[in-house]
Formats: sequence, C-alpha cells, structure tokens
Amino acid sequence: MLDRALKLGFVLFIVRPLVFIWLGLNTVNRHTLPTRGPAIIAANHNSHLDVMVLLALFPLRDLHRVRPVAAADYFLRNRYLAWFSTRVLNIIPLSRKVERENSTKLLTQCQAALDRGEILIIFPEGSRGRPEVMGRIKKGIYRLVCERNNCPVYPVVMRGLGRALPRGTARFVPFNVDVVIGEGISSFEGPQAYVQRMQAAYTALTNLCITSECVDYEDRT
Amino acid sequence: MILGLPPHSAVLMSSVIGVLVIASISCRLLMLKHCDRDYTELWQRTLSWWWMIGLFFLVLLLPKPFTLVFIAFLSFMALKEFLSIVPMRLVDRRAIFWAYLAIPVQYFWLGIDWYGMFIIFVPVYVFLFIPMVMIIIGDTRGFIHSAGVIHWGVMLTVFCVSHLAAIYLMPTANTDAGGIGALLFLLVMTQFNDVCQYVVGKTLGSRKIVPKVSPNKTWAGFLGGVGIITLLAAAAGPYLTVLTLWESATAGLIISVAGFTGDLVISAVKRDLQIKDTGRLIPGHGGILDRMDSLIFTAPLFFHYLHYLYGWAGNA
Repeated sequence: MLDRALKLGFVLFIVRPLVFIWLGLNTVNRHTLPTRGPAIIAANHNSHLDVMVLLALFPLRDLHRVRPVAAADYFLRNRYLAWFSTRVLNIIPLSRKVERENSTKLLTQCQAALDRGEILIIFPEGSRGRPEVMGRIKKGIYRLVCERNNCPVYPVVMRGLGRALPRGTARFVPFNVDVVIGEGISSFEGPQAYVQRMQAAYTALTNLCITSECVDYEDRT
Repeated sequence: MILGLPPHSAVLMSSVIGVLVIASISCRLLMLKHCDRDYTELWQRTLSWWWMIGLFFLVLLLPKPFTLVFIAFLSFMALKEFLSIVPMRLVDRRAIFWAYLAIPVQYFWLGIDWYGMFIIFVPVYVFLFIPMVMIIIGDTRGFIHSAGVIHWGVMLTVFCVSHLAAIYLMPTANTDAGGIGALLFLLVMTQFNDVCQYVVGKTLGSRKIVPKVSPNKTWAGFLGGVGIITLLAAAAGPYLTVLTLWESATAGLIISVAGFTGDLVISAVKRDLQIKDTGRLIPGHGGILDRMDSLIFTAPLFFHYLHYLYGWAGNA
C-alpha cells in the first residue's frame, strides 16, 4: 500500500509536471494504451525518460499494474537508486549479462507478473543506443508471449527524448516529444515473424511523428 | 469595476462567452439534426475554444503578474514547439537552453516597466549572445542554419508574443476599458479575422491568392476579411481602446492584413517541414503555433501602431 502511494505521488507530482509541462507530448492513440494486463508495451529506447513518459500516460488508478523491465546494472547501481527503482518505480530488474540462469530467472519473474495481470514495459532494443536511432530488435518479448495466447504486445514509438536528455548529459532541455501508440499484436508465427512485424509496426508509427529528427553532420563524412 | 475588471472589458468578455454558448448550442443542434454526418472535429474544436477562452479569462481576473506569467508560458510552449519541429543538430541543445532563458528575462523587463530594454533585448542582446554560445560549443558544420533558426524562433515566439503582454500593461487613457480592453480588442479582431476569411473564402472565393503556400486561401476571403474587420474595428475600437473612430478602422486594416500574413507564414513553415500541424496540444486545433500564427504577426504591429500614436505613457 505504501509502495503504491509512493509511486502514485511520484508520478502525480514529479513525473507528470515534468513530462506535460517541461516537455510536452504529441500523443497519438492514447486510448489504445491497455489499462489491464497481461500486456506488454514494447517501446523504442532513447533516454532514461522513456519510462517516465510512459508512466505519465497511464491513468493513476492503473499505475500499480505497470512494471518497467529495466537494466539491473544501471537501476540497481547503488542502494539509493535501487531503493527508488524497486520501491517507487517498481521495476523488474533485468540483468544484461547473458547467462542462461539469469535469463530463465528473468523470464520467470516476468511470467509471474503477467500472470498477475500486470503490464510490462520492455524496450526490445536492449539499451539506449545512439539517440533517435532504432537499434536491432531482440527476441526476449517473443520468448515471453509465444506460449501465451492472451498477451497483446503494443508497439510504441517515442521521438524527441533523445535530444531532451541524451546519454551522458545532465542538462535537460525542453522539447516536444511524439508518443505514437500502436494497436496490440496478439500472436506471432515465430521469432523471425515477430521481428518483422514489430519492425513494420515501428516504421508505420514513426511516420505519424511530427517532431523532427536530429541532423547529425558527422554521419555524412 | 465588475469583478475587478474595467466595465467595457467585462461587457466584451461576457459577449465572447455569449457567442461561445450560441456556437456550442448550434453545434449540438447540427449533431442532432444530421446524425449521419461526423461532427466530432467541430465539437472538439468548440470544446477546445471553451478551454482556451475560459483559461485566458480566468487569468485576466487575477492580478497583473499572473497574466504576465501566463503569456510568458505561452512563449515557452510556442518556442518549444517550434524548435521541436525544425531539424536541429544535437549540439545545438546548449544554445537552445539559453534561448529558453531569454523568456523570463524578456518578460521581466515588462514587469519592471522598462520599455527601452524590452524592445531591444531580443533583437540586440539575444541576437548576439546565441552565436557566442555557439562558437564556444565550436561545431561549425551547420552553424549558419542553427544560428538562423534559433534566432528566428525566438523572434517569433518570444519577441512577437511578448507584445501581447506589452499591450496589456501599456497605460491607456481609456480607463473604462483598461489594458485588458486593448488586448481583448486585438485578440477578438485577430481570431474573428481568421473566421471571416475562412467563411467568406468558402462561400464566395474562387481565385486563389497564394496557391503555392495555401491552396485554400482566396482573394474573396482575404478582401472580405479585411472589409469586415475594418468596419468592426471602427465600431469597437473607441469603446475598447484609446483610438478614435478612424484610427480604429486603420487598426482593423493592419490587424486583418497582418493576421492573414501570419497564418500563411506558419503554413509555409509546415509545408516546408511536410507536416500538417505543429503539435497535438489542442484537440481539433493542432499545436500552439497553429492557434497563435496570426497573433504572432498582429500583436507587434498593433502594439507599435498604438505606441506610435500615443506613446508608452498612454497619451500623445
């Protein structure tokens, strides 16, 4: 109960003002966002703020069901951040070291959360990567949903956070952020089909963004 | 004084609410009469008008500093929207951060009633300071583009928009209307000009005026808008501002032509970037720049017209 109140207060008094006033969202299809689990939000990853923007979009009464799956090496880095991540954000820690033992444990944790009707936020690219560039989609989500028939995956494209707060900076510059939410996809024919369908969905959603991409002159040389 | 408002301004505000009530009822009736047609967008637009006008009137009821902060916030949102839709380099973040800081400073000059600084701060100090920040960052590829875009954005959204607050704070000899009267005069004329040009253009228009920028704008719409607004301004000006009948008519002419231009300039920006709206903040309207496009051009021109005739002290 206390944890629920912590998360609620954090989202209401810090995340929402930051996301809706300091930034500003161009949201498309907010109403398709699921409020009941089991469901997976598969978003592209540009910045640590991605999680905050997604948390800001959920109705407060459904917030306790939303569980970000986040990198343990970053979010459990020290005890203060670990307390914040597990008690306030209520993350499911993900160890990025590839060990069979770890990955099975993570899958079990995620499966249990889905069984409880929770909504997982997963970034299928794995890490933040270069700002505003979509990385390779990993297949973890497919492994989670392939044996379920009731767990839709919602592709979400965000653009703008990569320049509001890119990797390695502390200066948080206001920019509008596009958040385009896709229809849930319920079943995939196989891991390859999963990657293809998600890729196609991301491309389609990206076309609805109105903020511009960064011009990066280094690329041209 | 009614609710702390000058009487003429209170009358105008009530009439605006009255028009909004009539518009909402007509919209509802249309929806009932033609169940087969989709009026969702019209209704959404009307609801958004309620929000915008309601919020703005509420702010006007509060003491003056609140209005100043509110208009500064509009500048912030407009600048943010502009810099989000125009392609920029990642390294420009730092210069952009400084550009945002120009907003509180620009409104501060108005707050302490320092007209001279208010009028040169953006065109002189910000203009020279931003490139200085950019040379410290040091990336020269795309330098001209970025310096130009940042300054153009600050001029449109901070310098021009801050003239709304200047009109509001400018001392006026028409104490029955106050600064609110002149501000409301500008807002109503500008927004009504948009409506007139649209309606006249739809009903009478055929010859396009600038087909490359906006295929919907016609000569009939433009001239119709100018005619109606000039007459309307002549009637309302002496009641709401310090202007005489003929001065008010000229103000109407200026507002009408400037409003038309502002609308087209933002259209050209959107066409250049190949987007339909500048944002999705206001349901049925688009972004804040979509709503303020005409005002960005009418506010400074109307302010300087007033200032030319009557000076900052409110009497010539």
